[in-house]
Amino acid sequence: MFKDTMLDPAGPVSAATRDLFFDSVGLMLIVVMPVIVLTALVVWRYRAGNVAARYTPHWGGSRIVELGLWFMPVLIVVMLWFVVWNRTHALDPYKPLASGQPPLVVQAVALDWQWLFIYPDENIASVNRLVFPVGRPVTIELTSDSVMNSLMIPALGGQIYAMAGMQTELNLMADRIGVYDGRNTMFNGDGFSAQVFTAEAVDVAAFQSFVAEARNAGEALDSASFETLATPTIAGPVRLYSSVENNLFHTIMASHGSMPHVAADASSTMHAEHNP
Amino acid sequence: MNSSMLFGKLTFDALPFYSPIAAGGAAVIVLGGAGVVGLITWLRAWPYLWREWFTTTDHKKIGMMYVILALVMLLRGFVDALMMRAQQAIAMNAEGYLTPDHFQQVFSSHGTIMIFFMGMPFLFGIMNYIVPLQLGARDVAFPLLNAIGLWLTAAGAALVMASLVIGVFSTGGWTGYPPYTELSYSPTVGVDYWIMALLVSGIGTTLSAINFIVTIYKMRAPGMKLMQMPLFCWTALCSSLLVIFAIPGLTVAGGLLALDRYLGMHFFTNDGGGNVMNYANIFWIFGHPEVYILILPAFGIFSTVIPTFSQKKLFGYNVLVYATMCIAVLSFTVWLHHFFTMGADANVNAFFGIMTMVIAVPTGVKVYDWILTMYRGRLRFDTPMLWSIAFIVTFVIGGMTGVILSIPPLDYVFHNTLFLIAHFHNMLVPGMLFGLFAGYAYWFPKATGFRLDERWGRRAFVFWVVGFYLAFMPLYVLGFMGAARRMAYYDQPEWQIYFVVAAVGAFSVLLGIGCQVIQLVVSIRNRKGTMDLAGDPWGGQTLEWSTSSPPPEYNFAVLPQVSELDAFQVAKEAGRPYVWPTHYEPIEVPRNTALGPIFGGLAFVLGFAVVWHIWWLAAFGIAGVIATIIARSFAAETTRIISSEEIMATELRWHADVRAKQEANS
Repeated sequence: MFKDTMLDPAGPVSAATRDLFFDSVGLMLIVVMPVIVLTALVVWRYRAGNVAARYTPHWGGSRIVELGLWFMPVLIVVMLWFVVWNRTHALDPYKPLASGQPPLVVQAVALDWQWLFIYPDENIASVNRLVFPVGRPVTIELTSDSVMNSLMIPALGGQIYAMAGMQTELNLMADRIGVYDGRNTMFNGDGFSAQVFTAEAVDVAAFQSFVAEARNAGEALDSASFETLATPTIAGPVRLYSSVENNLFHTIMASHGSMPHVAADASSTMHAEHNP
Repeated sequence: MNSSMLFGKLTFDALPFYSPIAAGGAAVIVLGGAGVVGLITWLRAWPYLWREWFTTTDHKKIGMMYVILALVMLLRGFVDALMMRAQQAIAMNAEGYLTPDHFQQVFSSHGTIMIFFMGMPFLFGIMNYIVPLQLGARDVAFPLLNAIGLWLTAAGAALVMASLVIGVFSTGGWTGYPPYTELSYSPTVGVDYWIMALLVSGIGTTLSAINFIVTIYKMRAPGMKLMQMPLFCWTALCSSLLVIFAIPGLTVAGGLLALDRYLGMHFFTNDGGGNVMNYANIFWIFGHPEVYILILPAFGIFSTVIPTFSQKKLFGYNVLVYATMCIAVLSFTVWLHHFFTMGADANVNAFFGIMTMVIAVPTGVKVYDWILTMYRGRLRFDTPMLWSIAFIVTFVIGGMTGVILSIPPLDYVFHNTLFLIAHFHNMLVPGMLFGLFAGYAYWFPKATGFRLDERWGRRAFVFWVVGFYLAFMPLYVLGFMGAARRMAYYDQPEWQIYFVVAAVGAFSVLLGIGCQVIQLVVSIRNRKGTMDLAGDPWGGQTLEWSTSSPPPEYNFAVLPQVSELDAFQVAKEAGRPYVWPTHYEPIEVPRNTALGPIFGGLAFVLGFAVVWHIWWLAAFGIAGVIATIIARSFAAETTRIISSEEIMATELRWHADVRAKQEANS
């Protein structure tokens, strides 16, 4: 039932996320379980009918007990702080994944209501279908040609927003071959529910044949064909493009461009980059 | 869309014939409204309602009207919930019975109504009724402001209801994120309705909060120090302070979005230098404290109910006060956790994750304090106590999933999924709604003189609690499976069974609500059996129980002298619960005024006019507000005097009730 989710991870990010999940739940149960058990015990023992139980109507505080009450939650939370600080850095979606191979760069563009994936190094593009080699990191650069979107492949890890005029980034990797679900999780209109894609982790040979298949697709992705593609489409088909206009990803970002002087001072604490 | 001088954008196309279901909903609203109006007319009750209720400045009646508004809106919001659950239960590889557009309106209005027009009015209603009584005060600081606050809230609710009949509602969810809600992506009037409803009710909420803060600071009974206030008053204070500081965030976010939509500005648009991230930032600076605005007063209710039904002193009063204040301050330091996935630096995300966890500490301490209050008590399981116990157990589960979501890498996985939906319902249903139900059952006899039927109350409780677990635990599972929120349909066969179970849960809640409706009818019919005009049916500890039920307009003929916490409990234990003088002073109370309904009506007209671009009508609304304020400044006599004879007569009747009860008990 949890096939190809965080609980059945298909990559290092989702595996680390799963471990983090169980670690933190374990820590919290130290606080939560006593609450549930104590509530049940106290409610049963001190029911009005049980006259044998002690009754202290005026007992309204005890310094030692009250200090103790703060102790456990503080201890657990302080432990969690270290967990949060370390793992947030370790699992930063922007952080390149450790691997002997250079990452495959994919530029994802959120459309109404489809996903366009540009492979700049291979100079091909696909729509509603993301194919990448297993065991090799994938660096997904995201932007949107429409409203805010959020790209997630549950089998591989978390999500990051895609926003018009800006670029965000997500690093993922699959360590087993498979076809996984990917989708936009951020509500964006009528076609939202159908905005899904397949994320296919394949071996190197299959990736090469995918590239070849795309190159033979016939249609090139340029500004004109992009415009056709970008018209609102619900449950659009998988498409392949044999070549991609130079720098198209940045052209799309620039089409929603901020004014130049605004772009210049994009906040330094945000990863999300304004288009230069 | 073309726009005419006279009707703006309003045409016959605004009527909801785009779907039979929407038309049916509109028909229910129109016929229901017409039915109520017809019934009132047939009973010739308009003069009575106008005189005794609509124009009142009595905080108790205002409180009851808030609660009635909230209960009506609860029904509406719950129908939305049922519709969503029914849709998702059947929409596997199928369209379901709702079009995506209609489904989107339904989830948007569900969230908007439940937070702004159910939760807030319910809380403000109970606060209005109870806070002055618990403070031993005769009134609130600003009775007129209070009335205006109610009517502005009602105007906001009326705008949401109007959108069901005339036009459409927003499809942008209760958070209304641009650029989706900008004109280029949402050209209909739905978003405008949403903005206007929130702006109008936001003003009302702010006015009410100012009123509570001043009341709590300045109107406490002689001798009552801040640290001798009942805990509910503390939570009302914290909640009101949060309103003052948080609602401007909503007003600014909504207002700037309105400027984009109406005047073509570019605060949050994709082009022209707009920045969508800023909306999220400003909205959640409001949005996160809002959670605590809703939940803190409910904590106060639990802190009142649990000691009363444990027949014991509240454990750790000081700690609970400090914990409440800590939560109020900390609630402003965590807003970024609502958008960890927007691409912020790991340092930033980690910082806000840590801050979020800090809030879990005072909240956890509170839970332990409530358990220790029950420890070595004598627990009676009347319905208010049942809601409280269910709250404790259920709330800690929601707390745990909240901490999970506060860990950024886990949020990357659960954000925007049904796990998040399950989490916040797991906080707000037990944390807020169960508290409101506990308060409703607990203070109902104070407001009416008779108790709610216990048997139907228990049935409602069982259906609600079972329904809650069935409705929301499957959503956690679906969240793990990667199911996004707000999906009108889906193509994953393994999801469906969980949606079906959730729908069964929603149906159980429907039975619970049905029981609550029956409970109200049965309670009114059998009121003779549970009547307790003496005023203290539960063995209460705080001052609201030291006066008659329902209390007289002036609350207390003689202001209580307070020197300790739980003043009424202390007085009872000392054997002198009531102070009955032989001589009474006349009391000044505010006069009735039509200003509340007038402002509410004008605000509705203004909002409606702006939504439809009917500019002459908008000008009329603004001019009306200004004219009303000027006219009011000429009103010389805004108060009236209740004579000492009248007070004496009222008090003697009550004394007789109290003596009768004392004799019956001895």
